[in-house]
Amino acid sequence: MISPAATATPIDTDPWRAYPARILRIRPEVPGVRTYELAFKDVAVGVAYQFAAGQFNMLYLPGIGEAAISISSDTVATAALGHTVRAVGNVTDALARLVVGDELLVRGPYGRPWPVAELAGRHVVVVGGGLGLASQRAAIYEFARHRDRYRSVTILHGAKTPADLFYTTEYAAWQAAGIDVRPTVDAPDPNWSGAVGLVTDLLAGLAIEPERSSMLCCGPDPMMNAVARAALGVGIGLADVHVSLERNMACAVRHCGLCQFGPAFVCQDGPVFPYDRIARFLAVPHL
Amino acid sequence: MNRDEIVSGSWWWLEAGDLDRLFGELTRTGHRVVGPQVADGAVVYRDLSGACDLPHGWLDEQDGGSYRLQYDPSAGTFDHVVGPHSLKNFLFPPRETIARFTRTDGSWEQQPTADPGPPLAVIGVRACDLEALRIQDRVFMGGDHVDPAYAARRERLFVVAVNCRRAAATCFCHSMGCGPAVRQSFDLALTEHTTDGRARFACEVGSDQGAAMLRAACELLAACSADEVTTARRMPEDLGRQMHERETIPGAPRPRSLDTEGIRDLLFDNLEHPRWEEVATRCLSCTNCTLVCPTCFCASVTEVADLSGDDVSRERHWQSCFALDHARMHGQSVRNSTASRYRQWLTHKLAGWIDQFGSSGCTGCGRCITWCPVGIDITQEVAAIRQTPAGGAKGALP
Repeated sequence: MISPAATATPIDTDPWRAYPARILRIRPEVPGVRTYELAFKDVAVGVAYQFAAGQFNMLYLPGIGEAAISISSDTVATAALGHTVRAVGNVTDALARLVVGDELLVRGPYGRPWPVAELAGRHVVVVGGGLGLASQRAAIYEFARHRDRYRSVTILHGAKTPADLFYTTEYAAWQAAGIDVRPTVDAPDPNWSGAVGLVTDLLAGLAIEPERSSMLCCGPDPMMNAVARAALGVGIGLADVHVSLERNMACAVRHCGLCQFGPAFVCQDGPVFPYDRIARFLAVPHL
Repeated sequence: MNRDEIVSGSWWWLEAGDLDRLFGELTRTGHRVVGPQVADGAVVYRDLSGACDLPHGWLDEQDGGSYRLQYDPSAGTFDHVVGPHSLKNFLFPPRETIARFTRTDGSWEQQPTADPGPPLAVIGVRACDLEALRIQDRVFMGGDHVDPAYAARRERLFVVAVNCRRAAATCFCHSMGCGPAVRQSFDLALTEHTTDGRARFACEVGSDQGAAMLRAACELLAACSADEVTTARRMPEDLGRQMHERETIPGAPRPRSLDTEGIRDLLFDNLEHPRWEEVATRCLSCTNCTLVCPTCFCASVTEVADLSGDDVSRERHWQSCFALDHARMHGQSVRNSTASRYRQWLTHKLAGWIDQFGSSGCTGCGRCITWCPVGIDITQEVAAIRQTPAGGAKGALP
């Protein structure tokens, strides 16, 4: 397990050690997606466990397998660790069959987090495509709690339809904390009064000073490429665009080799990367 | 001979019978002794019962997609070079249980995994494979997380290295700067001398562990004189020089070498070079190259449950970047073409590895060339890209 500063301090010497956790709550988010709130069974493990916004856990269902899932809850509320999961594969389908009180195993947290503290004094633009917002929610809670440290905080959240927008019940609290929340959809329904179109369309309308702005972006690779292009278009440097990648992973500790992306291990060098460091690799199809 | 003189850095003559005494002492101290043997038409690593099992007189002729053993009574014990096996097969076994969980009343409990087994002694390890050992050490032990099973085996490993007197056409350790002379990471290193058909070995002691083993194994050993040490050292060094100067002889396999100058940038600047599509027309995506590679470390984990589902083992097994499963996400492979998978293998081995672990992932052992069923040659693929660099998407935005 690693500390919020992303310096590894394993509490166990065996990287394959997984800790039993119980499902405290299951919250339906959008169709096919639920948030599982987990608590470690062993109190000492729960107390020792800390994570930073943007890190992920390996959720393990014995006999089924493991999945890397970002932690979507608040970093200061580790008694209930949120994992927002879409049922799209072996492990996540099996997870969808579990109920409150069931047990699974957790190891983590892993990976380079969002540079939340480093963004103090800047305009922060969070760009989340669909479920991408899950990896950013812990950061959003920190921005809300320490809103005065940032010049401005804006969330651009894109989804297919209004029913596919994430965490809509929390928008009021985020807005009350001084965050500008701007959802946009591809296909509006009759009740929709918000923006229609791509998240990139919203960027030009923001009242931000580009040289004092940073972006946190998570979504499908093509969306992140489009956002980086749009950021450049409004004058935000690519070193200030941080993206979170997703790749296949078996170990999360730089041993299995599956998550390689160019010279990077997504599990350890990412999942969060400054866009300028990986742009040339994102440009190559099927890398 | 004063046994106290057998210390790290000293050189001693071992006669043929001394090898058996050494193997006997390794066995007596609980080691599993593994060494090269002829089996299934190749020199492979197997458990040794004695020096008689060693492949005396066997030579391997290697070329792209070709491996043939020939018996030559004048050849020595270790004049073959490398077969399909390497230390990887033992330190990072093809299949291994890395965790086990049992369920009682709906609660899972992690169980200890199996004992790592007896300490391993490997005989006949070449300079290229010692470099591979150092490379895999950095993978499994050099980062924030240490693989406990690898570390347990590695820490108790006993290495009897061998200086090569001969190179196969597929060998290019000289290009990778790690051979053929054995310089580090061994307990004992043998340099074979054949005089009047009689084999004896100049043995360099490389560690305190090696010195202790030799002291306990052998009663009477003659020390190598300074001149004899110079002669022994010169043998692999001369071979290294010869490898640099090898020329293609008509009708014989082409000797390999690899120009590593600026290779990282060369490959990363040519990620969309047409050669990737060209090699894909030959590559079968069979994974052989990654299986015989002594440094390839990719692995997947499979769940193995008993019938009740209450006792589950997690089995780690070798994975390959040539397999569709390697980069599978949401039911599809990110690298869905042979061209993209070959590119991953080559660029990781020779370019990305430098960023990740501070060295090339290639030791020049040539196994990937020999065991490729269609004879694809890593040195030729790099040369082709070097010859016509197309330039990549250097900093261009996607």
